[in-house]
Amino acid sequence: MIQFKHVSKRFPDGYIGLNNVDLIIDAGEMVFITGHSGAGKSTLLKLIAAMERPTSGSIAINGQNIAQLKPGALPFLRRKIGFVFQDHKLLFDRNVFDNVLLPLHISGFDQKVVASRIRAALDKVGLLKKEKAMPITLSGGERQRLCIARAVVHRPAILIADEPTGNLDMAYARDIMAMFHSFHKVGVTVLIATHDAALLEDRQHRILSLQHGKLVA
Amino acid sequence: MIKAWFNQHVFVFFLVIKRIIVAPVTSLLSILVMGIAFSLPAGIYVLVENLQSISSQTTTTPQMSLFLQQEAVQRDIGEIKRLLEENEQVIRFQFVSKDQALLQLQQNSGLNNVMRSLGYNPLPDAFIVDTLDVNAESLDQLRTVMQAWPSVEYVQFDSAWAKRLEAILNFGQAIALMLFTLLSVAIIAVMFNTIRLQILTKQDEIEVSKLIGATDGFIRRPFLYFGAIQGLAGGIAALVIIALALQTMNTDLSVLAELYSIDLHLKHLSTTDSISLLLFATWLGWLGARLSVASHLWKIEPKY
Repeated sequence: MIQFKHVSKRFPDGYIGLNNVDLIIDAGEMVFITGHSGAGKSTLLKLIAAMERPTSGSIAINGQNIAQLKPGALPFLRRKIGFVFQDHKLLFDRNVFDNVLLPLHISGFDQKVVASRIRAALDKVGLLKKEKAMPITLSGGERQRLCIARAVVHRPAILIADEPTGNLDMAYARDIMAMFHSFHKVGVTVLIATHDAALLEDRQHRILSLQHGKLVA
Repeated sequence: MIKAWFNQHVFVFFLVIKRIIVAPVTSLLSILVMGIAFSLPAGIYVLVENLQSISSQTTTTPQMSLFLQQEAVQRDIGEIKRLLEENEQVIRFQFVSKDQALLQLQQNSGLNNVMRSLGYNPLPDAFIVDTLDVNAESLDQLRTVMQAWPSVEYVQFDSAWAKRLEAILNFGQAIALMLFTLLSVAIIAVMFNTIRLQILTKQDEIEVSKLIGATDGFIRRPFLYFGAIQGLAGGIAALVIIALALQTMNTDLSVLAELYSIDLHLKHLSTTDSISLLLFATWLGWLGARLSVASHLWKIEPKY
């Protein structure tokens, strides 16, 4: 469970990212976060992964206040979260397989199980045949899927995606959304920030709207 | 937890080996630089050690020869023995009778015929005395004391040359130590810079790793391993360089040794010294990397 209590985030330049936000996201829930660009979607996601710290208020994940985590404890929080970055953040000096290896390596997985884990993740996103390819040779959609594979390979409890369909055409975007639905079905808490109204057509999941850093119904 | 920790270390070890192999020329050059840097002081140390062991085959502790008068009899010899035993400055002494001395002289030198033609033994009874003190002043005092003993003809002070040699060896050791210190600092500086460049080229990886949950230790580890492994390789290179140099010198020395019919053979560092050198080189590489990591890594904060 993720709980925000009176969370505000003001950046050093005075810009207000979030303004007194209260919200609760249950474990296993799938939630969309929407709003115009600059409304605070990314800020909200980054606060959950402790990539930013709130100016005031508390953020609890499973009852643990992450706003007060010591720097040494941050890495272990981030390992519980899979993050699909807007700009992918792939490493171009290594192939697809080794990109997905990184989170397992960070968590210290046994060498014997990593290969099967990685191939399972690549299979889920449809990149199994490209494991030896270099990211530079991948299309935009493939890079997005590689980023997803890297985010889920260590089986995090929470999956966060920041504009996962940003530059993709509709067919690709639907593919990607289907993947997120499948992760949600196996019990992963999924948070997706998007300004893409077409993705919000199906009304079966909760939609959080942000405007100028405030949560609106 | 322990298994994960172990896995990470094994993984990093092979990762670093791979990084070294991927850039063979760069790696070999920096290993060679370290090897040469270590081999200079260690080489001097080896030479000093060898000279020391050669000189200790003769004497390094101060020694005196105490010659008795020709007419000294067994009772006089007993008296001198007692005096030597009582003297606190004397560590040990050895009695060489005139017959023994003659025998040694006949065996060891080409003077056999001369001695025989002499018809009598001109050599006196003697004591060879090892003393406790190396200080020249107290040795002189001791000499004066012994000179005054009954039936002592002459006390000879053999240690002057030994002391000179020892002073030279100490000087050599001091130079080796100084070079060691200076070049160690140089190695740290080289490693510092190498790691700085590595960190720059790995900036993306470091940022992404931090974002997805890498600890500082995890980020540091490959760089520290790199420093340690390169240091170790540099130490091994130094041992090889010294071995090759000694082999060349021994070939030349063997000619000299044959002419003097003595055993003149330079030995490599002892096992303990070799292991110490390797450990020190490893530590030095690690230290250079550690300092570099400490001063550069914190600047890379992930931006997202």
